Amino acid sequence: MSWLDVCDAEDIDLEDVIRFDHGDRTFAVYRSADGAVFATDGLCTHEQVHLCGGLVIDNTIECPKHNGRFNYQTGAALRAPVYDALATYPARLNNGRIEIEVIKSSNSKNNNGPPL
Amino acid sequence: MSAKVTNPRDYNLAGPENQNAVDAGLASADWYHSDIPRKVMKELMKRSDALATRDTLLWVALIVISAIGAIAFWGTLQVIPFLIVYGVLYGSASDSRWHECGHGTAFRTTWKNDLVYHVASFMIMRNPISWRWAHARHHTDTIIVGRDPEIALMRPTAIAKTALLFIGVPGIFQDLQVLIRHGAGRVSNAEKDYIPESEKKKTTFWARVHIMIYATTVLVAIIMQSFLPVVLIGGPRIYGVWHAVMTGLLQHGGLAEDVLDHRLNSRTVYLNPVSRWIYWNMNYHVEHHMFPMVPYFALPRLHALIKDDLPAPSHSIFAAYSELLSSIWRQRLERDYYIRKDLPPTAKPYREDLHTLDIARSDIRISTP
Ligand code: FES
Repeated sequence: MSWLDVCDAEDIDLEDVIRFDHGDRTFAVYRSADGAVFATDGLCTHEQVHLCGGLVIDNTIECPKHNGRFNYQTGAALRAPVYDALATYPARLNNGRIEIEVIKSSNSKNNNGPPL
Repeated sequence: MSAKVTNPRDYNLAGPENQNAVDAGLASADWYHSDIPRKVMKELMKRSDALATRDTLLWVALIVISAIGAIAFWGTLQVIPFLIVYGVLYGSASDSRWHECGHGTAFRTTWKNDLVYHVASFMIMRNPISWRWAHARHHTDTIIVGRDPEIALMRPTAIAKTALLFIGVPGIFQDLQVLIRHGAGRVSNAEKDYIPESEKKKTTFWARVHIMIYATTVLVAIIMQSFLPVVLIGGPRIYGVWHAVMTGLLQHGGLAEDVLDHRLNSRTVYLNPVSRWIYWNMNYHVEHHMFPMVPYFALPRLHALIKDDLPAPSHSIFAAYSELLSSIWRQRLERDYYIRKDLPPTAKPYREDLHTLDIARSDIRISTP
C-alpha cells in the first residue's frame, strides 16, 4: 500500500499549499478552490526552493523565489524562470484525510518551457 | 593609521569571482527572512487587476497627453515641460513597470503582466528575455560579486561615469550594442552564465523586434526631416531616465557585498508620493527582496509589519544620497568599507556567518598603502 496519510483536509485552506516531508523527500500538497486535492514535488525545478511559501492562484502555484509558475494539477511549467515541469503525484481524500501516493509520479521531463 | 585597501573586485560573471562565490557558499544560498505568519503573507501576496489597471491607464493617458503636447509645441520652447513629463513617464516609469510585471506581481491576469512587461522592456531598452533571467539571478545572488549581473555601483565607483548615467550615457550606447549583438544571435559569456541555452532564440527574436521598431522610427524621422520621432521613441532613454537612475542607485549602493541578509545590502527609502507612483513603491527595497511575491501596492503594508526587524529607512532621497555619496567617497581608499546600519532592539541580529568572507577569501589581498 503506497498511500501516505498527510493531514486533515481542513488543515489546508482552500486555494493553498502546505509542505509535507516523508523520509528524505519533500512534497507540496494543495487544495484547490473547490476543495480538490493535489500533490507535487516540494521543490521548484528552477532553484530547489520550497514551493509551500508560494501563492496558489487558480490552478497554478507561484514560486516564492522568482515568481516562476507551474500548473500544480499537471506539473507543467507556465512561466519563466521555471522551465522544467514539476513531478505530480496522485492525491485523494479519504474520510476527510488527505492522502498522497508517492511511488507513482508523473514524468517531470522538460515540457519545452513557458511561452515567450 | 593608514587606510586598508584591497585589490579591485572582478565583477564579471565570466571571471574567477563567480566560482569563488560558489565555493564560498554564497551562490543560490538561503537568505534571511523576517517572520510573517502564513495567513498574513497570503493576504499580502494577493493579486489584483484593479490597482495595476488604474495605474497603467493613468500612465498611458499621461504619456499620450504629454506626447500630444510635445507634438503640438515642437519647435518652440513650450515643448520643454511636455518633454520633461513625457521623458520621465517613458524613460523612468517604464523601469518600474518592467520590473513589477517581470515578477508577474502587478496584475492578477497573466497576459496583462506580459503585455506591459514587453512594452516597458522596449521603452527601457532591455531585452525582455535576457533581462528576465538577469533579474532572476539578481534575486538569487543579490550583490554577490561575480554572480549578480545587476550590480550598479562597483567598488571603487567610477564617479564621473556614474554621474553620466543620469543623462543616459553611455547607457544608451551600451544598450544599443547589446541589442545589435542579441539581434545577431550572440549572447556574451557573462550572459551564458544565467540565460539557458534554450532561451537564446527568444532573446534573438525580441531583439530583432526592437531593432525593427527603432529602424522604422529612424526611417520616419528621415522622411519627415525631423528629430521628433526619435525624441518620442528611444530618446527618453537619454532625457527621461534620470528618475529611474536616481532611485535605482539607492537600491543597493554603498551597502554590503557578499552577504546573505537583504537588510545589509538593500535600502528602503521614504519617498514623496509622485516618485513612489513613478517607481511603483520599489523604494521599499529590503521588503521587496525579502518577499518578491508581494505586489507593489502591498509593500507599504509589508513595510509596516516588518519594520521593527529592519534597519531604519532613509527618510528622504537627500538623506539616502548623503550616506551613499560619503560611502562611495570613502571606498576610493577603503574598498571594503560599506554602510552598516544599526538594527532596532526588536530585530533579529544580522546573519553574520558569511559576512566577513570577503576579506577571508584567498583571491583578495589586504595591503597598506
Ligand atoms: S526557484 Fe522557483 S522560480 Fe526560481
